[in-house]
Amino acid sequence: MEKEARKKTSAKVMIDLLKKNGVDVCWGYPGGAILPFYDEMYHSDIHHVLVRHEQAAAFAANGFARATGKLGVAISTSGPGATNLFTGIADAKIDSIPVLFITGQVGTKDIGTDAFQESDTYGMSISVTKYNALIKDPDDVARITQEAISVALARRQGATLIDFPKDVQAAVTEVEEPGEFQIEEYHYKNPPVTGDLDRLIDALNRSTRPLLYVGGGVISAEVSSELREIVEKANIPVTSTLMGLGAFPGQHDLFVGMLGMHGTGYANKAVMECDLIVSLGARFDDRVAGDAKEFASQAIRAQVEIDPAEIEKRVHVDLHVQGNLAEIMPLLNKGIKKAGREEWVKRIQTLKEENPLVFNRVEGKIKPQYFIHRLSERTNGNAVVATDVGQHQMWAAQFYAVNKPRNWLTSGGLGAMGFGLPAALGAKMGRPDDDVYLITGDGSIQMNIQELATLKMYNIPVKIILFHNGFLGMVRQWQELFYGARYSSSVLTDVNPDFMKVAEGYGIASKKISKADEIEAGLDFLIDSKEACLLEVMIPASEKVYPMIPSGHKYEDMIAFDPKSEEGEPFSVIPHKSGGGK
Amino acid sequence: MKHILSVLVNNSSGVLSHVTSLFTRRGYNIDSLSVAETENKGRSIITMVVNEEKSMIAQIEKQLYKLMDVISIENLSNRDSLERELVLITVKVVREKREEILSLVDLFKAHIVDMSEEAVLMELVGNPRRVRSFIRALSEYGIIRMARTGTVSLPFPSAEDE
Repeated sequence: MEKEARKKTSAKVMIDLLKKNGVDVCWGYPGGAILPFYDEMYHSDIHHVLVRHEQAAAFAANGFARATGKLGVAISTSGPGATNLFTGIADAKIDSIPVLFITGQVGTKDIGTDAFQESDTYGMSISVTKYNALIKDPDDVARITQEAISVALARRQGATLIDFPKDVQAAVTEVEEPGEFQIEEYHYKNPPVTGDLDRLIDALNRSTRPLLYVGGGVISAEVSSELREIVEKANIPVTSTLMGLGAFPGQHDLFVGMLGMHGTGYANKAVMECDLIVSLGARFDDRVAGDAKEFASQAIRAQVEIDPAEIEKRVHVDLHVQGNLAEIMPLLNKGIKKAGREEWVKRIQTLKEENPLVFNRVEGKIKPQYFIHRLSERTNGNAVVATDVGQHQMWAAQFYAVNKPRNWLTSGGLGAMGFGLPAALGAKMGRPDDDVYLITGDGSIQMNIQELATLKMYNIPVKIILFHNGFLGMVRQWQELFYGARYSSSVLTDVNPDFMKVAEGYGIASKKISKADEIEAGLDFLIDSKEACLLEVMIPASEKVYPMIPSGHKYEDMIAFDPKSEEGEPFSVIPHKSGGGK
Repeated sequence: MKHILSVLVNNSSGVLSHVTSLFTRRGYNIDSLSVAETENKGRSIITMVVNEEKSMIAQIEKQLYKLMDVISIENLSNRDSLERELVLITVKVVREKREEILSLVDLFKAHIVDMSEEAVLMELVGNPRRVRSFIRALSEYGIIRMARTGTVSLPFPSAEDE
């Protein structure tokens, strides 16, 4: 009898293991096939946040993981609950963010019978997870849970999923400890450092015009301080992918901002002029190296990467080092010699001055670039900034000089609209003492606008900047440039809701600005607010993101903004220098 | 170029889906696929024949290593190895062609397993080239049904010594 009393349900075993692994908050939405699990959650001190759509649970867990470096956890029921998670699962996979997804499943006897709310979650999640499992035996729960947690956080991080049938959740088990893993060690232990490390150090020491190209891997590996040490010691300029923003201080004189399709002119020119480019935790994706053959082809190309499958995937590299940056960066630091590189550093400053970010200011109108530039100045680049996807995302990447790692949250690889609001919510819950801003658009916010209710319910003070241009702006830009200005299904003008009333309906404080002289008051409203708030910023529909390298093209084909093509007076900004700003 | 990938995996229910999904999403076709348990009960060997460029195969091999149930991968096209395939084939026979068919069976060292008035079922084990030649030789008589195992392969142990 005593033994009986010690038995736990397998749902409880899983929850206890989550707790043991440091999980104290998760996001989810209950439903029929996950009820035994939620019944155990009722007694747990893990804080469960009820979102208003499962996709938001996935993005909130994702935003939390990005902002804190800890494991994110999202929970849903079977069938529609699980399928609603999928955009967020794919996002965590492609951006290598450690998130564990737990989905309810119909009872084991009903699997495969098209039971109510049944979907083949295990089968569907194969290509969007690092690890997935369908638990059939309650005695496997502990092992599978620990495997899923360990794999999500190990090596190249990412999404893992456990599909948990209802009867198994409720079944009792005596196996509370994970025991021996059934997966090979290399899935959860760091890989050894292999490849051309000495040759890379040698190449860096010899190079007169080196450039570091940093990606999300630098943030995952938490090596920003080593990066800064190396850069300042050897005077090596740094460019960053969209995912890598914040890995190196945005306002540093040796930082040239983001490279690639919408990269700064000076970053892209530095790529064209360097004699050695070293990728650190980045993957030469098509937004960076549109023309894979021509990308920095004048330079020696080197790649430092944890995932062997990323080496030689799109771009041929002359040197590569495989392993964890946390181990490699100290070795690089040891080998790299102090150097002045005065000529190259001077050249970088010239490139900045000759190719600033430019847009036209028009009397009375609010330009989104200027607004973000002012936000960057007034928060000194130190706020946590989440974005959605589209033009506002690129303007934010260009004009907000993110100073710290884990302060920039964006759906980089998947480019999932609807990411921003729940991601900001998750981030703020993980970092309650930091200011969290969401920069979004009138298209994106409507993909998860229901989460205003979650902000209100839990009193999460996210500061929302909603750029309203009455268009799906990035779609409009491509249609204007490449599809004869035929705005096919990209017009929201006059059909958008009254966002002030929507915010009011959810009980969120809001303000709307539409004239240039209201910008500072708008920023005051955001900065001073102690609760969740929404600032609607009316911007011109015709505004475009420049510079731009057309898809698949080489860097030489970069299109810079032509101030004569639009009304107004040109205004130049170089966000990436000490002090920031103009 | 033809590649023979020999993939040692845990014998779990989802492993084949995981492996084939890597090919599916890239639109690569698998020419043949064979899966069966090894001497170790918990392990299976998946032998795949794939016709793709070397760089594509290299990428697939690296992606395969990221799958939880994959233990090791060997590209046997890079090594001196034994390749075998089994074909079962039913061919139409008319009296006047019977002798010809029997001599082909002899020539290819195939076996006749069953026979009726109109048809004969044969089996042949051999290297994939011989199997293909046998099928080609029989095709003019009218193949009624055919089933092939696909290639299985192991490296020659003596190749290491040479």
